[in-house]
Amino acid sequence: MGALSKISGPVVVAGGMKGAKMYDVVKVGNEKLIGEIIRLVGDNATIQVYEDTSGLKPGEPVESTGEPLSVELGPGLLQSIYDGIQRPLDAIANKHGSFIPRGVAVAPLDRKKKWDFKAKVKKGDKVQKGDVLGIVQETDIVEHRILAQTDGTVHSISSGKYTVTENVGSIDDGKKKHDFSLMHRHFVREARPYAQKFDPNIPLVTGQRIVDMFFPIAKGGTACVPGPFGSGKTVTQHQFAKWSDTQIVVYIGCGERGNEMTEVLTEFPHLEDPKTKKPLMMRTVLIANTSNMPVAAREASVYTGITIAEYYRDMGYDVALMADSTSRWAEAMREIGGRLEEMPGEEGYPAYLARRLAEFYERAGRVQCLGSADRKGSVTIIGAVSPPGGDINEPVSQNTLRVTKVFLALDASLAQRRHFPAFHWLRSYSLYTDTLDPWYANISSDWISLRTQSMALLQKEAELQEIVQLVGPDALPEKEQVILAVTKMIREDYLQQSAFHDIDTYSSMKKQYLMLRSILKFYERATASVDLGVQLKHMSAMKVREKIGRMKEVPEKELKELESLAGEIEGEFDSLVRKQ
Amino acid sequence: MKEYKTVSKIAGPLVFVEGVDAIGYNEIAEITLPSGEKRKGQVLETSKGVAVVQIFGSTAGLNIPDTRVKFLGETMKLGVSTEMLGRVFNGLGEPRDKGPKIIPEARIDINGSAINPYSRSEPRDFIQTGVSTIDGMNTLVRGQKLPIFSGSGLPHNALAVQIARQAKAVSSKGEKFAVVFAAVGITHEESSFFMRDFEKTGALERAVLFLNLADDPSVERIITPRLALTTAEYLAYEKDMHVLVIITDMTNYCEALREIASAREEVPGRRGYPGYMYTDLSTIYERAGCIKGRKGTVTQLSILTMPGDDITHPIADLTGYITEGQIVLGRDLHRKNIYPPVDVLPCLSRLMNLGIGKERTREDHRGVADQLYAGYATGRDLRSLSAVVGEEALSENDKLYLKFADAFEQRFIKQDAHEDRTIEQTLELGWELFAMLPESELKRLKKEFIEKYGKKYRK
Repeated sequence: MGALSKISGPVVVAGGMKGAKMYDVVKVGNEKLIGEIIRLVGDNATIQVYEDTSGLKPGEPVESTGEPLSVELGPGLLQSIYDGIQRPLDAIANKHGSFIPRGVAVAPLDRKKKWDFKAKVKKGDKVQKGDVLGIVQETDIVEHRILAQTDGTVHSISSGKYTVTENVGSIDDGKKKHDFSLMHRHFVREARPYAQKFDPNIPLVTGQRIVDMFFPIAKGGTACVPGPFGSGKTVTQHQFAKWSDTQIVVYIGCGERGNEMTEVLTEFPHLEDPKTKKPLMMRTVLIANTSNMPVAAREASVYTGITIAEYYRDMGYDVALMADSTSRWAEAMREIGGRLEEMPGEEGYPAYLARRLAEFYERAGRVQCLGSADRKGSVTIIGAVSPPGGDINEPVSQNTLRVTKVFLALDASLAQRRHFPAFHWLRSYSLYTDTLDPWYANISSDWISLRTQSMALLQKEAELQEIVQLVGPDALPEKEQVILAVTKMIREDYLQQSAFHDIDTYSSMKKQYLMLRSILKFYERATASVDLGVQLKHMSAMKVREKIGRMKEVPEKELKELESLAGEIEGEFDSLVRKQ
Repeated sequence: MKEYKTVSKIAGPLVFVEGVDAIGYNEIAEITLPSGEKRKGQVLETSKGVAVVQIFGSTAGLNIPDTRVKFLGETMKLGVSTEMLGRVFNGLGEPRDKGPKIIPEARIDINGSAINPYSRSEPRDFIQTGVSTIDGMNTLVRGQKLPIFSGSGLPHNALAVQIARQAKAVSSKGEKFAVVFAAVGITHEESSFFMRDFEKTGALERAVLFLNLADDPSVERIITPRLALTTAEYLAYEKDMHVLVIITDMTNYCEALREIASAREEVPGRRGYPGYMYTDLSTIYERAGCIKGRKGTVTQLSILTMPGDDITHPIADLTGYITEGQIVLGRDLHRKNIYPPVDVLPCLSRLMNLGIGKERTREDHRGVADQLYAGYATGRDLRSLSAVVGEEALSENDKLYLKFADAFEQRFIKQDAHEDRTIEQTLELGWELFAMLPESELKRLKKEFIEKYGKKYRK
């Protein structure tokens, strides 16, 4: 038990803290505000406080809990909305009203709710750490697996209805009996263990054409989405959260807008998962530490989120984690570093920024889970970055680019002309294409050639545009004008995808393939026809062009329409050539 | 209450008081000058024996031996009341008109508390401002925070006044409105422009004004917007009013923030602004919204002038990352004598989709907005291309786009400062312009809508 000696913003100093450990959680002041020890000098501890420190006085008591910051892991996480240190915002609202007061203490997992536990092992069974002891149906679509926390022999276990804290059974490790309940705690700054990490070779299907076709993200991979404000970072993150083919989604709103979290909260319960046809909310955990909520809790929010994601990974699920925005997280580090009067690194960010970012992204991966059974799970991290002025030559973007494998470059000028998603096709990249290509080749043998061919065309377009800027489009030979017409199709009819159009918002792999194939078929026939003397203006008046323009509006059920489109293109070109 | 005479150091707006015990962080202090005059201040740092107090106002006239400091034992609070409507206050919340003191109905901490994201309800009520570029393309909804990014010499004040005058929700029957206006470091002339217009239109009766003018102490500027928002929250969430908060000019606020940070010798961030400016700004901007179960709403319209018209300047940049979009004024349009000079391309309203569409505005709204954007962007690109290669080198289609862009500026953007267009008028104007383009170019519009709304303008 110590006492406060100095208060200045979210960082306070307490004396008489002998024996306290680094990163221990402490209760600060008469109101018992939650804080974390971030520096120890003699008996003095420097503490970052997760709540507003107004009114705190020197001399008020400080008490250490003796434990680092941890999260509660157990059934009830899904469909919840937490703040940065896993306090349930819904429960706080019910208890304290519309505004968040200070010093609230509400358990992260509902203590009263009874869960129906079905044991999967029986007394006397040998279990390893990570083995499934039993299951709880957490939501209609997710089966929550209770994992053994230790090796040993099952001493007792019984199915039945339990709250998260009630004793379900015990495991004897030869020396001691370990009681277990449906819930356990894990330190947030420590990655959860796994048996083995694999190379990512399965794509995360997002239903977003530019991503799935051109810049695929792998399950267990990492991606970053940097962009200036208004370029569509948040909409992109929401799209990934909605449509990616994972079983679990963890969405961290880190230092962002309150209304955006509200949007997720109101929209997700009504959106249907394309596979299970159940509300998306049933697979989602939300962490919301908006910009005006305490900055230290913002720093913690990213760790809270990734630990929850790893927990579901350990059950054998594919988890997607969206962090919006990692720049705000880095700024929280900078703010706290500044209060500690640390020697700043680049642009005032602490010197450990690069290490922290790398550590965080390294917690992604596709792994062999602990336990005797063969169980694989993955955590994919998609981090939004908000570079000042949209210029990615700044520490957060650069250090993120060094550790992430997919770069989705949002472009302000595309966003301004309402080309969404505003990913710049020439600047973005994915380093997973090589490892994922065998998978794509399984879908269709020409998938990869479609991609390379379209990319080459887009590249060529950029070169031609430079010429057009000087001499005007009419000066180009007809063949090159065909390229411009076709790349316009690729950009407008393929890459552009409206997140707000009920059909266009999600494209299956098959639809993506058929769409691009039709455009390239058009290109193939158009170049051939130019050789046969067909004039460009006749081609621009073709009926199929209208159809190509409306491909995105074709519902998934009627993909036959797209299948036959290639034939129609052939047909119309044939008649054009014949007229010649 | 103890009074200390133990001032040990005065630096910039900061006063260091020694020998104090148990002073709370952010507590309010009352400082008595040797002349007997009283000023207020706030505790910025407190430790055993020493408190650092930031004075609201200047430190002129303070000395070390005779200055007395009294700590009031509480954080900054504002006494609020519905009686505040129709009144004018200074930047610290004291009456500036000749009216009586306010008898508070409640005393509220001016820093407020964060709205629980779970308790927010989605802002969905369309506000018709009567300005086509806003209603049609960057729709404002109740509970939104939408700043105007402007530059020195652009008519942002006229636009703000026009919005304040014309703004109405389509579904408004028997609802109460209020305007809370916070002037932060603007000139006397600018403030009287607002006052005059409020008076003329009778808006003053339902307005609360907080004025911190250019010659008022800059430290007060940290307080003024918070007073305005505290008042707004009270009127909205306790008194069921729909409150529009206008704060002008946020650039002055940020300058004051920088001034204090440098007086405190803090490590500066970008361009000398403190590293916590994002967090600080968010505690202002995030105080807008709708709350489940409460009738009133707070909508924020802040004005900021971008230094050097630079949208990447930290003030504009950080603001854009917090607010739900932005209305950007353009100098080129202003030079062409187009009012309001809203440069639509960098504009955005993030909450637009929630407030428009069938049953809210009209089913074709999204498509019309997207098509206008796409068409105008193409036209603008071609304009720069034709400057290089000449208009003759452009295709027929391209020439149509050039004409479209001109017509868009002259007819859609341009309107009178007192012209109050309904959303119907705005959308129909859009369709009228689309008639200039061939139908095959209208890819952002659903076919059925072209049939339903566009046909009548095509010959």
